[in-house]
Amino acid sequence: MRATVLVRPKPGILDPQGEAVGSALGHLGFEVRDARVGKVIDFEVDATNAADAKAKVERMCEQLLANPLIESYEIEVTA
Amino acid sequence: MAMPRPRIGVVTYPGSQDDRDALWALAALDAEAVPVWHEKRDLSRLDAVVLPGGFSYGDYLRCGAIARFSPATAAVCEFAEAGGLVLGICNGFQILCEAGLLPGALLRNETLRFVCRDARLRVERNLLPFTSRCTAGQLLVIPVKHGDGRYVPPPGLDPAQVVLRYVDNPNGSIDGIAGVCNEAGNVMGLMPHPEHAVDPLLGSDHGALILASLVDSARRHALAAA
Repeated sequence: MRATVLVRPKPGILDPQGEAVGSALGHLGFEVRDARVGKVIDFEVDATNAADAKAKVERMCEQLLANPLIESYEIEVTA
Repeated sequence: MAMPRPRIGVVTYPGSQDDRDALWALAALDAEAVPVWHEKRDLSRLDAVVLPGGFSYGDYLRCGAIARFSPATAAVCEFAEAGGLVLGICNGFQILCEAGLLPGALLRNETLRFVCRDARLRVERNLLPFTSRCTAGQLLVIPVKHGDGRYVPPPGLDPAQVVLRYVDNPNGSIDGIAGVCNEAGNVMGLMPHPEHAVDPLLGSDHGALILASLVDSARRHALAAA
């Protein structure tokens, strides 16, 4: 199954990259607020069904893909 | 009786850069500096271990996140849990945080710029194996060189675990924290590079206070084990 993990800086964690991107968008004339920069991790995972895949990816997030002190994550699983 | 030279290991990961400077500095301070390859699992003959600066495993994903899984890091965790002295410098500090041996995390500098300059530090805790040659409140000048040095402590970090604080915060670290230790006080990490400041010819020899403290403590361990 195809898994997509979305990792974001947690609320309250200063994100200077997000601020720089927000400011650059402002220079282009786009009015944006609270820009945040995270990362996307995509991969294939062997699993019997979506719930199994999600449980596996959850463990990957906790052990490696996100640092729970500073990052939150969202998991999406598709067949 | 001659004082024994303590054996202090310096781990080399793929991407480590400051391992040779750390080996040189420790040897200059009268330790037997021992290179430790990242595939090594046994640290039992060492009196202390240093994790050096650099960009281990390319620092992919997060700084220190991949190095955490190397055999040497597993050995360092066991060594620290048994009370062994572990000092992490820069990338070594990031690895110790990722491995859970030290609290907190290190994020991209507030300015988004790599910072490379002398930093002024205040010694907040001087009765540790890593700071015994310092006095409380002493000002040290030790260089920093990093892009990801903004320290974020966990909620409720015990202030007693803050060992060093920046006088002029170069990276946006919360409360200016430059170095922390674990609760037991046998593991310490700092972003500044003491191994680059052991000879006055290079601008400052204040880094020698940190490393010589470690050598003193490791020597006591060697004497006790002898």
